[in-house]
Amino acid sequence: MNLSTLLLIILAGSAVAYFLGYTRSQQIAKPIGGVRNLAALPTYYASMMSLWALIPALIVLFLWTVLDGSIITSLVKSSLPTEAKQLSDESLGLVMSQVYNVSQGIGSLDTLGQEYGPAVERLNSLSSLSAKAMPVLTILVLIIGAILGLRAVKPTNNARYAVEKVFNVMLFVCSSIAIFTTFGIVFSVLFESLNFFQKVPFFDFLLGTHWSPQIAIRADQAGASGSFGVIPLIVGTLLISFIALLIAVPVGLMSAIYLSEYASARVRGIVKPALEVLAGVPTVVYGFFAALTVAPAIRRYGDQLRDWGAENDISFLANLAVSSESALAAGLVMGVMIIPFVSSLSDDVINAVPQSLRDGSYGLGATQSETIKKVIFPAALPGVVGGVLLAASRAIGETMIVVMAAGLAANLTVNPLDAVTTVTVQIVTLLVGDQEFDSAKTLAAFALGLFLFVITLALNVIALKVVKKYREQYD
Amino acid sequence: MTNQSKTDSKNSVDAVFQDRAILAEKRAAALKKRNKAEKRFQWAGRISIAFGIACVLFLFTDIISKGAGAFTQTYVEMEITFDQERLGLTPQSTEKEIKAASFGSFFKRQLREKYPEITGRKEKRELYALFTSDMPLILRDMVIADPSILGSTQSISMIADDDFDTYYKHSYGRDLAEEDKITRLSEMQEGIVDSLAKSGAVTKKFNTILFTNSDSREPELAGIKGAIVGSILTLLVTLVLSFPIAVATAIYLEEFAPKNKITDFIEVNINNLAAVPSVIFGLLGLAIFINFFGLPRSVPLVGGFVLTLMTLPTIIISSRAAIKAVPPSIREAALGMGASKMQTVLHHVLPLAMPGMLTGTIIGMAQALGETAPLLMIGMVAFIVDTPAGITDPATVLPVQIFLWSDSPERAFVEKTSAAIMVLLTFLICMNSFAVWLRKRLERRW
Repeated sequence: MNLSTLLLIILAGSAVAYFLGYTRSQQIAKPIGGVRNLAALPTYYASMMSLWALIPALIVLFLWTVLDGSIITSLVKSSLPTEAKQLSDESLGLVMSQVYNVSQGIGSLDTLGQEYGPAVERLNSLSSLSAKAMPVLTILVLIIGAILGLRAVKPTNNARYAVEKVFNVMLFVCSSIAIFTTFGIVFSVLFESLNFFQKVPFFDFLLGTHWSPQIAIRADQAGASGSFGVIPLIVGTLLISFIALLIAVPVGLMSAIYLSEYASARVRGIVKPALEVLAGVPTVVYGFFAALTVAPAIRRYGDQLRDWGAENDISFLANLAVSSESALAAGLVMGVMIIPFVSSLSDDVINAVPQSLRDGSYGLGATQSETIKKVIFPAALPGVVGGVLLAASRAIGETMIVVMAAGLAANLTVNPLDAVTTVTVQIVTLLVGDQEFDSAKTLAAFALGLFLFVITLALNVIALKVVKKYREQYD
Repeated sequence: MTNQSKTDSKNSVDAVFQDRAILAEKRAAALKKRNKAEKRFQWAGRISIAFGIACVLFLFTDIISKGAGAFTQTYVEMEITFDQERLGLTPQSTEKEIKAASFGSFFKRQLREKYPEITGRKEKRELYALFTSDMPLILRDMVIADPSILGSTQSISMIADDDFDTYYKHSYGRDLAEEDKITRLSEMQEGIVDSLAKSGAVTKKFNTILFTNSDSREPELAGIKGAIVGSILTLLVTLVLSFPIAVATAIYLEEFAPKNKITDFIEVNINNLAAVPSVIFGLLGLAIFINFFGLPRSVPLVGGFVLTLMTLPTIIISSRAAIKAVPPSIREAALGMGASKMQTVLHHVLPLAMPGMLTGTIIGMAQALGETAPLLMIGMVAFIVDTPAGITDPATVLPVQIFLWSDSPERAFVEKTSAAIMVLLTFLICMNSFAVWLRKRLERRW
């Protein structure tokens, strides 16, 4: 019986328990003069009963599936031949996986060695026992739970309290998932990063200027030790993010100002959703656009400019070299992507500036643009700065555009026409495909992930602080 | 008063007037300048907006112009005689026998007979290359489906190879200079295509292959069915997990949570998770779900888990806003009638907040549908030919399929990629407009 059928059976069982609880509560209500003399409504008795049936069964099922494998493994280990027991942990694991394979029919006992026969048999008998015992035990627990629940259906027992308590606990558990997620992120990147820093010194990582994360297959091969200097990645990330912000901040800010201060309601109603379309386009689409349309176009124009420069003897143009994966292309497209982000955040803060400030400025004879430039913008500045910081954090963490358009060359350069690579690109390249988990290459990705997490988190915390501080001024 | 002083005062009055005139002139000039600055500022705003909208339009027209071609596929109508002797089959042959028959050489021979003038080895190979490499298999499946066609001559629409397709769609019959031609065909192949087209055997039909096939190495046989099914399965897992959890969290935080450190900590966590880059969630999925819990790679189940964690903050934040929008009078009325706190929330607040929550959920789902980076980390980038049948089958999703195809150097895949993007954008536009409609339709103003 597989897990999903068992789950369905459990759900069906708890539905039956619900029904039983309902009828039972009606029954006990009859002799005492109807439902109104019960301490709780029949539906609460019914819910209580189904919870009694459901929760213990689910707990048993969960524990069984989690612990089952490790208990069986430890039991099987005891029937391994004596020489196998003395093996180191790693080779023991290898032997065990072979035993598992044989018991599943992959490979034969002859190749493994006949002395492993008892272990394989033990494994077979234990797993078939476990496969039989699990549904029996779970269903037994379900039935016992339902019977206990049925006993609790009494006119004086207020079932509502119990049901509401369970609901309350469930609500709390659901909301604590956010905490678990954060812990999960922190621990997963932190532990792997600590492993990484045992192989590569922390300061070599943080201050190194060379990034070539290959690991030697043989110890004596040329360039045997990969180098993990993160500086070129940081410079590349900042370069692309800077280009993106150079596009997004002026355009986003000016469109927010125009829409909230000048545009009529009708224009705003059309233009705002149209701009927000940009926020809804998936990043992989932007990546495709950057890699196949923008980057070739930039390269073409660059080449034309170079030819023109060569004809007219303008030396700095004649030496112009545009890479086909330029930082400019990725940055431009990323900028377009975050325009709506900047504009909606700026829109919020501009609208939050009190009308009295505007009226005061107009009363002194200022024009609308003077009011905006000298009164509204300074008042909204902290909020705008917060918005820009949030946009920067988004640009730094953006992945698909740079993966598709920025390339892998870890050049330490600030020339926007060169190819650069970013932190996120390297995380993706190091982790896509099969990899063993303990190589420095894989672990490097987690170290980069930790770095990225810390940077974006810091930017967000600062941005929220700035925005909050500003809000307090006017509220 | 002396004359002197009279003229003095007159002069000074003149001076004042003169000053005023100069001042007025200056003011007028300054005003002009200020008005110009005002105009400039307005134009800067207009240009910014125009730039944004131009980007939207350019993006869409670029993708549509690139991808529109992929919705048609070139076919060649050709008579094929299913010769019993050559195939070594009779209408009574079993399926096994049919499968063993050599349809490859049969198909090649048919082509050679159609073009007896082609003799060289290279030329012959070029002739075969005009049709999709799966053509013999398609013929075989036709025979398996209906063995009675053996011995008869059938007119068959043969799927043209992607190079043929590209040439026919973009260069055939157009007066183009040699370097403007979009083609990878040899001159001889072009000659064959031209003559086939002139005889009316070449047709363009709606490309059903795109929607009925899964991924393939051959562009003319590659489709997005597997990716769409994978996306649907992944989103289903995401929806089933994220909606209840997000709603429960929102209810807890808005209605039940005591004001204490734990509650504050939960809120801070949710707000921070909303801003964590998506690729980090991929790292989490890889380290926790795959490495620690030992779940399989590349499956919609794990993809759904990762996307759930990623979309939870979005849905929680909008659900909380929806609950906040329910006026306290509703709660007070319910409590006044003797309802418990839980009854108040479940029977009155929740139904009223539901439209807002659903809107947030749909927007979160749209975000999850377009997400690529975290799914790359958990191995949903594999080349998968089969359509996934369940949430534990290896699968890929639509955005990842786009990413995979965009890496292919063949021009035909560029077209397919753009078409897949158009399908993805259509889904997203539908979801978002449905969310907007739902908000307008159901959200009550108090």
